[in-house]
Amino acid sequence: MNLKANISNKVFAFDNVKEVLAKANEEKSGDMLAGIGAASASERVAAKLVLSNLTLEDIYNNPVVPYDDDEVTRVIYDGLNTTVYNRIKNWTVGELREYILDSDTDDGRLKQLGRGLTSEMIAAVAKLMSNMDLVYAAKKIINQAHCNTTIGVPGTLAFRNQPNHPTDSIDGIMASAKEGLSFGSGDAVIGINPVEDNVETVARILTTVKEFMEKWKIPTQNCVLAHITTQMKAVEKGAPADLLFQSVAGSQSANDAFGVTAVMLEEAYELAKVKGTGTGPNLLYFETGQGAEISLDCHHGVDEMTMEARTYGFARKFSPFMVNNVSGFIGPETIYDGREVIRADLEDLFMGKLHGLPMGIAPCYTNHMKADQNDQEIGTMLCAMAGSNYFMGVPGGDDIMLSYQDTSYHDDASVREILGLKPLPEFEKWLEDMGIIENGRLAKRAGDPSIFDK
Amino acid sequence: MAAESQMEQLIVENVMKELAKRGLTGNVSPNQEETTKKAARPQPKSEPYRESGDDPLTIPEITGIWVPNPENIEAIKVMKQATPARIGLYRAGARPKTGAMLKFMADHAQAMDAVFLDVSEEFLQRMNLFLVDTMAQDKEEFLKRPELGRKLSPEGERIIKEKCEKNPQVQIIVVDGLSSSSIEANVPDVLPALTQGLTAAGIRVGTPFFIRNGRVGVQDHVGKVLNAEVVVSLIGERPGLVTADSMSAYIIYSPNEKTVEADRTVFSNIHRGGTPPAEAGAHLVDVLKRILKAKASGMKLNQ
Repeated sequence: MNLKANISNKVFAFDNVKEVLAKANEEKSGDMLAGIGAASASERVAAKLVLSNLTLEDIYNNPVVPYDDDEVTRVIYDGLNTTVYNRIKNWTVGELREYILDSDTDDGRLKQLGRGLTSEMIAAVAKLMSNMDLVYAAKKIINQAHCNTTIGVPGTLAFRNQPNHPTDSIDGIMASAKEGLSFGSGDAVIGINPVEDNVETVARILTTVKEFMEKWKIPTQNCVLAHITTQMKAVEKGAPADLLFQSVAGSQSANDAFGVTAVMLEEAYELAKVKGTGTGPNLLYFETGQGAEISLDCHHGVDEMTMEARTYGFARKFSPFMVNNVSGFIGPETIYDGREVIRADLEDLFMGKLHGLPMGIAPCYTNHMKADQNDQEIGTMLCAMAGSNYFMGVPGGDDIMLSYQDTSYHDDASVREILGLKPLPEFEKWLEDMGIIENGRLAKRAGDPSIFDK
Repeated sequence: MAAESQMEQLIVENVMKELAKRGLTGNVSPNQEETTKKAARPQPKSEPYRESGDDPLTIPEITGIWVPNPENIEAIKVMKQATPARIGLYRAGARPKTGAMLKFMADHAQAMDAVFLDVSEEFLQRMNLFLVDTMAQDKEEFLKRPELGRKLSPEGERIIKEKCEKNPQVQIIVVDGLSSSSIEANVPDVLPALTQGLTAAGIRVGTPFFIRNGRVGVQDHVGKVLNAEVVVSLIGERPGLVTADSMSAYIIYSPNEKTVEADRTVFSNIHRGGTPPAEAGAHLVDVLKRILKAKASGMKLNQ
């Protein structure tokens, strides 16, 4: 391994692969907070140059967190397709980039390639890709999954209807849910973040949403985003859940902080199979985001983008129906501004898709970030071009329970119209029958939440 | 060479003239521009600006129902009462209506200003609070490096040693945190209520002061420097779009190296739409009395 590079007559030397990965990152405040980011533009390029010449075997031999110490590393290495890996292990990361971008490398080849790459390799190649590279490559990969309906169908764009309420008021939740449905949002899932993490609240919301879905024959999924153990207890008591949700991270210690292990997720999947209301085979919903490990101080000196890739390596073991990335949610200490969050969204979408995951993105921001609606809209349009399976849908873009801004019901409908994308097939038919859409556009009744109160 | 460039210029001029005739460019000779403009554009009235006497414009409220001919307007009224979410505001094509967009922008602007602007000097003078800094040099560093906001600068430490009464029973500090505007909105009511209430109860209150670019944990540093029995921070919360003016009180009993977050007693949501500031001041007096009596705060207080 050559860990030295000369940039403009200055030689930069790095100690190990972990340091090269961190310093090759585009600038993110979280890496600076952890004290591992590049100190200058030249050092960043030097790290990228070194990285481009490392072989995949170099990366395989130097996991950023040791196999024996960390469950996430074990899940990644144990799940690797060694036949594919052995065929390509002598490639450099620079060669891997060109293979991914090559015109002959199609969806099928990229899917097979992804099975033979560890998460660190996928992070590595993404560090050598510009924003347009990331969109270009991500666009080629089509990852579908099926719960009650199929997500990721080419030419479609789905949405999670996210009708949160600051006190879990059922009437308040249903008011926003109806508003969203009247804009065509909710084919990915109708998913609520509860304030109170307890079995009664979870069961109450799941039941209400499920009954509404049945009454109006809405082809979608329901989910309440409490801790997975709370949802499991609710399901054991008979609450109707199509999808079980959990936040996951890229190191065992961070997953410990979330109160989650691989065994627990396997149990949740088994429970969803035998007691859940979802058809499957994909029955789980994960959320992730760059910076989670750094903000929990569980990053092991690894940059936040590589940690995010490892999260996907962990997630793919459980064949989720949807993985949602919320990199802009944590705050300015991990992602400072609009430029950083757009970059993170594109990295995450590409990395997740190359892991074989049915990815969605929440291009979002908090009020203490240097970002605004314009940044968010740029991120949303780019991620839609890159083939994100879905986005969130929040009334007016303002999540009144989680206090952050995410894509709105209006954005959802707009992006579909701008790019000529359709709702998921069964949901599109339902929207047409309801008179909400017509010829691929919002119809007159769209935007009237009282169509469900005739 | 000269002939060639003359020829080139002639061709360019002819093309530009032709384009101008078809109204395809504004970049033409002055005469032609005049003609094109007159033909194509209405002339602005050249009246000087005069004070009209109208009230200044205000941001539209979004409490109404903007859906034209809704299926069931009563149902939407009930929905809007059930949630503060931005619903029933219809659309322009698939985009938000202008009023809803402006309201969102105004709410976000207020939140951004709460985070990124400083508490004014005039306010600090009026409240008789002197200012000290943390290790964070400016707002950007404060936001990117949370640990710097948890420690006073060496200069700040020197100033409080010099100006503050030592060994108080209760040390009050005002900290901007993530909302300067919440400090200006609430401290004028909370601080006098708190100080007077404590003094009336015979509790020795230290010299209050203001910390710029500070986080919750800075109270531990202050407590140690001044040897305070209890420190109470009045600190700006991360603003939401509904209000940017929410303030919290964090209270720590005898902070030391072993202090953890669970040791703090927190009272949040102090603002006009939550717990009103004067009421909050009175409530905090009661909480502080309990803490002094129990010699513990946070989870330990509830045990």
